[in-house]
Amino acid sequence: MTGKRLTPKERMAIPRVQMPELDAGQRRVNFQEVNLGLSERQAIMEAMRCLQCQSKPCVEGCPVGIHIPLFIEAIAEADFLRAARVLQRDNALPAVCGRVCPQEVQCESSCVLGKKGEPVAIGHLERFAADWALLNDSKSVRLQAPPPSGKSVAIIGCGPAGITAAAELAVKGHAVTIFEALHDTGGVLRYGIPEFRLPKRIIDREVSRLAGLGVRIECNVVVGKTVTLRRLREEFDAVFIANGAGLPIMLGIPGENLKGVYSANEYLTRVNLMGAGQDADCATPIIRGHSVVVIGGGNTAMDCVRVARRLGAGRAMLVYRRSEAEMPARVEEVQHAKEEGIEMILLTAPVEVLGDESGWTRGLRCQKMMLGEPDASGRRRPVPVAGEIHDLDADVVINALGTRANPLLTATEPELKLNRWKNIEIDGDGATSLDGVFAGGDIVRGGATVILAMGDGKRAASAMHAYLTDASSSTGRPMASAVQ
Amino acid sequence: MHEVLSNEMLAPNLHRMVIRAPRVAAARKPGQFVIVRSENGAERIPLTIGDADSIEGTITLFVQAVGASTKKIAGTNSGGRLRDVAGPLGMPTHIENWGRVACVGGGVGTAVLYPMAKALAEAGNEVTTIIGGRSESLIILADELSVFSAETRITTEDGSLGRKGFVTAELESLLKDPMRAPQSVFAVGPVPMMKAIAELTRPYGITTIVSLNPIMIDGTGMCGGCRVLVGGETRFACVDGPEFDGHLVDFNNLSDRLTTYREHECRVVQQNKDDREAA
Repeated sequence: MTGKRLTPKERMAIPRVQMPELDAGQRRVNFQEVNLGLSERQAIMEAMRCLQCQSKPCVEGCPVGIHIPLFIEAIAEADFLRAARVLQRDNALPAVCGRVCPQEVQCESSCVLGKKGEPVAIGHLERFAADWALLNDSKSVRLQAPPPSGKSVAIIGCGPAGITAAAELAVKGHAVTIFEALHDTGGVLRYGIPEFRLPKRIIDREVSRLAGLGVRIECNVVVGKTVTLRRLREEFDAVFIANGAGLPIMLGIPGENLKGVYSANEYLTRVNLMGAGQDADCATPIIRGHSVVVIGGGNTAMDCVRVARRLGAGRAMLVYRRSEAEMPARVEEVQHAKEEGIEMILLTAPVEVLGDESGWTRGLRCQKMMLGEPDASGRRRPVPVAGEIHDLDADVVINALGTRANPLLTATEPELKLNRWKNIEIDGDGATSLDGVFAGGDIVRGGATVILAMGDGKRAASAMHAYLTDASSSTGRPMASAVQ
Repeated sequence: MHEVLSNEMLAPNLHRMVIRAPRVAAARKPGQFVIVRSENGAERIPLTIGDADSIEGTITLFVQAVGASTKKIAGTNSGGRLRDVAGPLGMPTHIENWGRVACVGGGVGTAVLYPMAKALAEAGNEVTTIIGGRSESLIILADELSVFSAETRITTEDGSLGRKGFVTAELESLLKDPMRAPQSVFAVGPVPMMKAIAELTRPYGITTIVSLNPIMIDGTGMCGGCRVLVGGETRFACVDGPEFDGHLVDFNNLSDRLTTYREHECRVVQQNKDDREAA
């Protein structure tokens, strides 16, 4: 059976594949990946569901514009190498995107099949082809570095935006150096997303491909502190700023400085980046709560509460001030969390973290909410229900309210134009107010998703390539040399 | 990887290490720190940059070996390497010429005080240095500080060197002397010491700068673990500090938060000891 012989009717008759998952009972005590990936047979069958329609709305729905029908067609024909090549040409991190992208609101939401039934499982197929490429890593799969262009680029931040821009620029022959503030690569992919959603080996392998393209990565360089943006502008022909979201928004309620209160960034960094609670030889500590409350309703909140569960919390609770329908988290994450026994305490807002006489967290005082009139975002605004106050027992409280712009770099360059939230202002091409300086990802958007950051990286890389190859824009610029 | 060029023990468990870190050496200003990670699996440890030589491309760090990760750093001998050194981080010390300043150091805090005091002296201040410790063996950098201090006073709790008692007593006598009273005080040491000094200077209305050492991870403002209450507001020591107005710092909250992982740290140190003994 090959994909080409099927009629549209036959294709539509194939049921959408179910992603095999680790049993919920097992996974809530370990950090193994929850989604197990499709078998070759499952992938081919799912790929056959694609109608190969002419309009290709899925491509429009992808922030990095992957030629989706092309790679799916290759899978349907069991030509996984071709599928992998299509993906790598369009996407620097396909094995990451196949795991963490919200496909249900992007490519899959515009799939023609979804109008009457269920859309093609594009995300699962992307993951399948990308994982196949990682397992069968060879010269035939890898993109090759072209002859040098003679131009150099500095990229600030080795997260999804920076990695994408680096790959796009490197395949154009530009000499790319990524400066990363932390001691390891990946940015939010590594410190933010837990092992059970995105294994570190996937990040390692995807990032290692950059080296094959001649990209240099220097860790422990905090631009704005270790080197200035001004210096990078002098030494490189163009700069891309993708240094991420930054400072956690604090709760602003009494008791938030008690022992046992974490920001999501701190909690996740301890566990994901440092290995606390996971690796036996890890020196970084973490408080393993018995009763953990996470405040928020986004993917980060889901990650925190599911980590807490795996670290041994008998009760792992999520406190969210609206109802489940308004939760920004992916449906899959909410579903997985519920299967793992996470309690969703909805229409509830935190009022005060309660402490004991030794300064340790002992609970969270909460206010019952109800949904009122829609606010500016169109979502119904939560309003307090008078007199409905109750306490939850908790020895760890994690705040997953989001982040605001980190001024570490931007404060050192007054000429870099910022918006009123102190995020960097860019034009439609990702260019900032400084000549030759581009920006993307969360430092521009505030808190957003991996794939939107990657889209920024891709768009900026295209504009940077144009800038670098436009003879008039590079006159008067010193010859490139790496910072020593 | 960063080569360790020298490692000497100044006092029990206190090491002075010179490390190759050219970029940090070139960018560093007094009061700033680095985050050091000795090897994979080790904690990220914030350490004040004691001194730097931008021509040689080296920085000097003072490392108090108290926990598992600081012991690994301090245990890296000359010729060895530290995996990660990131910085310089934090805001530099605000340096101006106040006229007369007092620089007060307690224990290993004296090492943090050293670059501040040196910069203050270079800016033309008349620096009176007061350093203290439990006993003589824990008094560090007295000779180095004397080079640029108008006067160096020493206190020990057991009276083995200098005046018996605490640094606060020396500072108090200084404050009461109209001819010697400082226009500004810089204090670095254990939290109770800094708190006591802030309380001592408060009635005199003398600007008192303290350098705080909360638990920290990334050092770039990302995690908020190092938050401290200053004037009732939450500030991040890694990006807003580490130096703050001592009269506004909530020292009780700081010392409380510092105990968060005490139990964990004791367990790890004990485990390592057991492992060594078993080996």
